[in-house]
Amino acid sequence: MESFFTMLVPLILCVVALWGILQRTDVYSALASGAGEGLKIIIKIFPALVGLLTAVYMLRASGTLDLMSKALSPALTRLGIPPETIGLMLIRPISGSGALGVGAELISTYGPDSLIGRTAAVMLGSTETTFYTIAVYFGAAGVSKTRYAIPAALCADIAGFLAASWAVKLWFY
Amino acid sequence: MAMSYIWTAIVLISVLGGYVLGNGSAVASAALEGAAAAVKLSISMAGVLCLWNGVMEIMHQAGLLDKLTKLLRPILKLLYPAFAKDNGVMEPLSANVSANLLGLGNAATPMGIQAACRMNKGGGNVASDAMCMLVVCNTASIQLIPATVAGVRAAEGCASPFDIIPAVWMASIFSVLVGIAAVLICRRIWRS
Repeated sequence: MESFFTMLVPLILCVVALWGILQRTDVYSALASGAGEGLKIIIKIFPALVGLLTAVYMLRASGTLDLMSKALSPALTRLGIPPETIGLMLIRPISGSGALGVGAELISTYGPDSLIGRTAAVMLGSTETTFYTIAVYFGAAGVSKTRYAIPAALCADIAGFLAASWAVKLWFY
Repeated sequence: MAMSYIWTAIVLISVLGGYVLGNGSAVASAALEGAAAAVKLSISMAGVLCLWNGVMEIMHQAGLLDKLTKLLRPILKLLYPAFAKDNGVMEPLSANVSANLLGLGNAATPMGIQAACRMNKGGGNVASDAMCMLVVCNTASIQLIPATVAGVRAAEGCASPFDIIPAVWMASIFSVLVGIAAVLICRRIWRS
């Protein structure tokens, strides 16, 4: 099973290209134009990453983050969440590029294949920037009374963080 | 504007915390390291991210989005019974979910907004149950291929950056189910 997911990307490349050809799609120019869009994403998030990684590196170096994760460590450990990810969980619902910055710092410090690095990656991949999404959707629809949308969405976020920690332990360890 | 407060708060806490905990010089060098790390990260994650966006574009042009959209209809009718027969809502709604699944965030948002606007035909400023469901489902992301995160892992020298996919799926499905359950529960008990 694990080797299947390692081979997933090359397999997807083959299947998508073949299927595209059968559908008479111009596969190669589609690939190139999509890749160009990817570059636009990088350019869009880069300025935010400069600001946020600076702040996150400073916060980490100051020792405040360690203090915070030590204080919350017993509670988080009991829930099965690595306490080092506290900063990521706090910023995830508020800022997408902020979470990417914090997550990247965790992955770089502890290694992409460590328990903490993997948990951070799964947390990033399985949750969204809740407050931003709520603001965009309700703002566009002209809704100001959001009723229970925020608490319900935060429930889903917390469930995602818990499940991310459990899923990494279940799948890898 | 919220980000301005958060950023200022983080920097302020770092400087104060560094001073109190005796890590002042570490904070000073970290302030310069962070910006350089952002450059390194952006450049080294660009490859995977661009490649994956290219693959998504092939899927899009080859009609996979439409196929997914049809496949999702029956499930969405269960989640939004009030609009099950309303094509004007169901169409952007299922397109929104399929674009989210494929990681096409830029395509998903306008369609989701269209669905939200059509749900709010009366033009009131109070969120209906269906709109809460739409927003909560959108805040609990379900993504088949987490390309950005894989890009970050690849940038840090990971040999198989996509091996987290099964764990991401498990966590996503769990969080979406909890979100849906939370909406269904709140819908019964919320007053106003």
